[in-house]
Amino acid sequence: MNIIVCLKQVPDTETQIKIAADGKGIVTDDIKWVMNPYDEFGVEEALKLKEKFGGEVTVVGLGPKRVTESIRTALAMGADKGVLVVDDALQGSDSLGVAKALAAAIKDMPHDLIFAGQRAVDEDLGVVGAFLAEFLGIPHVALAVKVEVAEDGKSAKVHRPVEGQTLVVETPFPALITTQKGLNEPRYASLPGIMKAKKKPLAEKSLADLGLDPAGFGESARKLKIVKLTPPPERKAGKIVEGETPAEKAAALAKLLRDEAKVI
Amino acid sequence: MAQGVWTVAEQREGEIRKITYEVVSEGRRLADALGQSLTVVLLGNGIKDKAAALAQYGADKVLVAEDQRLETYTTDAYTAVVAQLVKAEEPAMLLMGASVQGKDLSSRVAARLDVAVAQDCTAFAVEDGNLVATRPIYAGKAYAQVTFEQSWPQMATARPNVMSVNEPDASRTAEVVDAQFQLDDGELKTKVVEAIKDASGKIDLTEADKIVSGGRGMKGPENYAILEELAQVIGASVGASRSAVDAGWRSHTDQVGQTGKVVSPNLYIACGISGAIQHLAGMGTSKVIVAINKDPDAPIFQKADYGVVGDLFDVVPALTEEIKKMI
Repeated sequence: MNIIVCLKQVPDTETQIKIAADGKGIVTDDIKWVMNPYDEFGVEEALKLKEKFGGEVTVVGLGPKRVTESIRTALAMGADKGVLVVDDALQGSDSLGVAKALAAAIKDMPHDLIFAGQRAVDEDLGVVGAFLAEFLGIPHVALAVKVEVAEDGKSAKVHRPVEGQTLVVETPFPALITTQKGLNEPRYASLPGIMKAKKKPLAEKSLADLGLDPAGFGESARKLKIVKLTPPPERKAGKIVEGETPAEKAAALAKLLRDEAKVI
Repeated sequence: MAQGVWTVAEQREGEIRKITYEVVSEGRRLADALGQSLTVVLLGNGIKDKAAALAQYGADKVLVAEDQRLETYTTDAYTAVVAQLVKAEEPAMLLMGASVQGKDLSSRVAARLDVAVAQDCTAFAVEDGNLVATRPIYAGKAYAQVTFEQSWPQMATARPNVMSVNEPDASRTAEVVDAQFQLDDGELKTKVVEAIKDASGKIDLTEADKIVSGGRGMKGPENYAILEELAQVIGASVGASRSAVDAGWRSHTDQVGQTGKVVSPNLYIACGISGAIQHLAGMGTSKVIVAINKDPDAPIFQKADYGVVGDLFDVVPALTEEIKKMI
């Protein structure tokens, strides 16, 4: 089974976000970059399926050169090879641009199954998986917490929680599945894994290599335009509820929630 | 020239979901700002009788797509129909709820139409005839104002529970029209083979009006009973911090935060949660935040409207009793 995992590199979730001087991006100095946490579930699931069905796991990333580190992390976890789509002209692309470039990179690679994180914890759009599936002309099933691949390796039943219930969706391959927490526990890269990863193939592809016109990418081709970024509305520390005993505090709180906040 | 505001209704088992009324109400406001009409697209099977309710919340026209294959949502079927209808009539704006279904459908439709979509927005406005959407990014550590460039319809989804719902007006009626569409079985690749109901019947966190959440301070899974009891009394859903989920005390579907669910209830009660940056990001759009924690220096108190410094094992049951007396 040939499995492709898409990964994005994002600021670590510990990062305090500072808005850049132009008001349209964030300050990226001193940011610790990590593999998008939702993509780790995709890497793990691909490795588990490879252990069962055999085949090859290819990790595809897009972005600046530093994304190589996240691809190496996936290779150290056990993926077989990596591809980085890297081109100055991609800088500032929106999700449509990213998904079109990924589709061009993936369309000629053999793939039964593609995994992508359900969203990236930076822009939180959660659209690249579905966009990519559409551009490849294959079905997608979003928000998987369980993937049961049929014995013949040609279809899967995917469990996805949808407010108040879990749907089991059957999809033929090739298909794209977006991953979320609950699907598995991603493994850590072992020391031998890290050593081996250094020797695994990692190819770089430019837009020209993919036969794409740079004019269709980057800031100027964006269809979703960022007007400005602002800090979240200030939330001031509120009242500390006073009282001698826990019971008194609870009584005072209940009264405030009813009379002042009017939420009870 | 693209004209009119469209929203897509969301139904499950033939019942319109609350998010639909939030989006229709918001669609009405945008249509009024543009001086244009509001059309609601309603997909399902034997669903036409729900059109009247949509009119009461502000629809001028309800475009009804009925087919057995649209009874239950599937990405393939809904995308095919919505994309066709949009291509045929070219609305200026297309709004959906940022529910699991709305996010799924809007992404696939956007790709099919080669247009942008702003997901999970908390506010919409019209400027120079264009949609300006506000959406939290980095799980709410920053807010982005976005607009569209060479992209019609201008597409966006609204975060559940944020936008206000119109008072239904029983005297309002809408034109109800049967939608014309083709659905090719060859296009329908996926199918729903089973729907497993959540036995607890509780409202999903992303749509909950009230949430009682517990963190590391809960000390163990058995202690969530006191939160369940408070939740029962006030009609809340129970959430958890990442550390509680990682400890295996609660299901991953309960996790609130940057790598879990982003929530926006009217009331969020954080019990034994210190307030890591990722957690604060995930619940920062809650309207009223209450923190109950032993540690007076816990960062959660910097975000809370009401803070109780005390042992949650004493305070929470006492709070439950007090509220029982009130209601």
